[in-house]
Amino acid sequence: MSSIAWTPFWLSFKLAFVTTAVLFVLALPLAWWLAQTRTRLKPFLEALVSLPIVLPPSVLGFYLLWAFAPDSPLGAFLKERLGLELVFSFPGLVVASVIYSFPFMLQPLQSGFESLNRHMLEAAYVAGKTGWQTLLFVALPNIKPALLSALIVTFAHTVGEFGVVLMVGGSIPGETKVASVAIYEYVEIMDYKNAHIYSAIMVGISFAVLTAVYLFNRHHRRRLGGA
Amino acid sequence: MVDIKITKRLHGARGEMELSVNLTLSAGSFTALTGPSGSGKSTLLRILAGLESADGEIKVSQKRWLANNKSLPPQQRDVGLLFQDYALFEHMSVRQNLLFVQKDPALADALLESTGLSELANRRPAYLSGGQKQRVALCRALMRRPKLLLLDEPLSALDPAMRLTLQHEILKLHREFGTTTLMVSHDPAEIYRMAQRVIRLENGKITADGTPGDVLLKRSGSQKFSFEGEVLEIQKRDAVYVAVVAIGQQIVEVVTDTRTAKNLQIGQQVTVATKAFAPVIVTE
Repeated sequence: MSSIAWTPFWLSFKLAFVTTAVLFVLALPLAWWLAQTRTRLKPFLEALVSLPIVLPPSVLGFYLLWAFAPDSPLGAFLKERLGLELVFSFPGLVVASVIYSFPFMLQPLQSGFESLNRHMLEAAYVAGKTGWQTLLFVALPNIKPALLSALIVTFAHTVGEFGVVLMVGGSIPGETKVASVAIYEYVEIMDYKNAHIYSAIMVGISFAVLTAVYLFNRHHRRRLGGA
Repeated sequence: MVDIKITKRLHGARGEMELSVNLTLSAGSFTALTGPSGSGKSTLLRILAGLESADGEIKVSQKRWLANNKSLPPQQRDVGLLFQDYALFEHMSVRQNLLFVQKDPALADALLESTGLSELANRRPAYLSGGQKQRVALCRALMRRPKLLLLDEPLSALDPAMRLTLQHEILKLHREFGTTTLMVSHDPAEIYRMAQRVIRLENGKITADGTPGDVLLKRSGSQKFSFEGEVLEIQKRDAVYVAVVAIGQQIVEVVTDTRTAKNLQIGQQVTVATKAFAPVIVTE
């Protein structure tokens, strides 16, 4: 077992962690706003952020690769102004993962907020609390199961990413070669032994994470279910 | 003093309607708002709380809450609002529900003491009965010492005995705090017991305004003794017809002649009246 290179796993989890953190900050206000707005643009916005669910990862990967390329306007701007190179780099992977996993963070949060008793939120406003205070201290604590599944599903989905990561990141060891890409390469060179080990580890970790989520949700439902 | 002069177009179940209310509530008064559902009562309360927009003016003790399209948000209005469904913060204990509104432990404890909730201070709302929840909501609404307290059918989900208890507690706190209060209610007995003034709203307009005695007691014609009810059944018994009528919580049988019976329909709203000049109250 000592021959296993752990770097791809470490990269996968680092990517998933950073992506989840960034997405939480980005998706939280949007989910809150979408749950309350009456704008006619809502269906279009919802469709736009849900696109990554239905699009083949290669389509998304191709567009991102094209946009991030140093000779594209966006790529040139990022490189000259911010010194950022997003193609075949870890920051590029983060940006791609954020876009790709957006709906997985947004949708549970939004439906959690939509299921809240509107009067409870209004009671907070009448009690003098701002929108932000209401979001953080009233809404969020009351959608704990939805919040947890948003975080975990986003994390798991990012760990399980393959197509987008391969196209935008390539397979640079220690930089963009995450676990899913490493497995793909082992299979390609017919090193089935390592492919088996890596795959089994992925299955084990994923199962453990999901079990933890469902256990928590069961516990939480019982606790709130009270009288 | 609360001065209200507002209009708002509503799209209700029965089409377009204009809510138009011109009303002054004197400081410290307890006013009941009644009328058929869909007449704009809840909307009026929501406008007063700042949760819905409207045209016009709202002035509460010299402070303008609404004037010339400038509307103070609910956060700046010094208002308390009670919902029929309590709307407590489910993840907080009873005491935390109060302290979240205002960090004033002395007031919170006094309110809990006065409503008999001290023992339950550390429970979560999920473990309380309906009556207890509405008590918590009442205490929570008073934590900011509001200038105006709005009660939107606060007791209609509770059983009659609990309603009676809560009516007394609301009145007690109303006296203690002297808060100008506006309560939506459909229950004449509740209104009579609690309010000094009744306003009836129909189709967005005020159609009656007076003391509970003036508005609720029927003194028209020579029918000194009459009740509103709903026809449940019409039975033919030998030569006469008997109508079964639901009046409030009671069901009564009324004998009627053939002609009247033929014109009655199940579900019809009727008045059961007798020209009784000296009804007698019998105690059990």
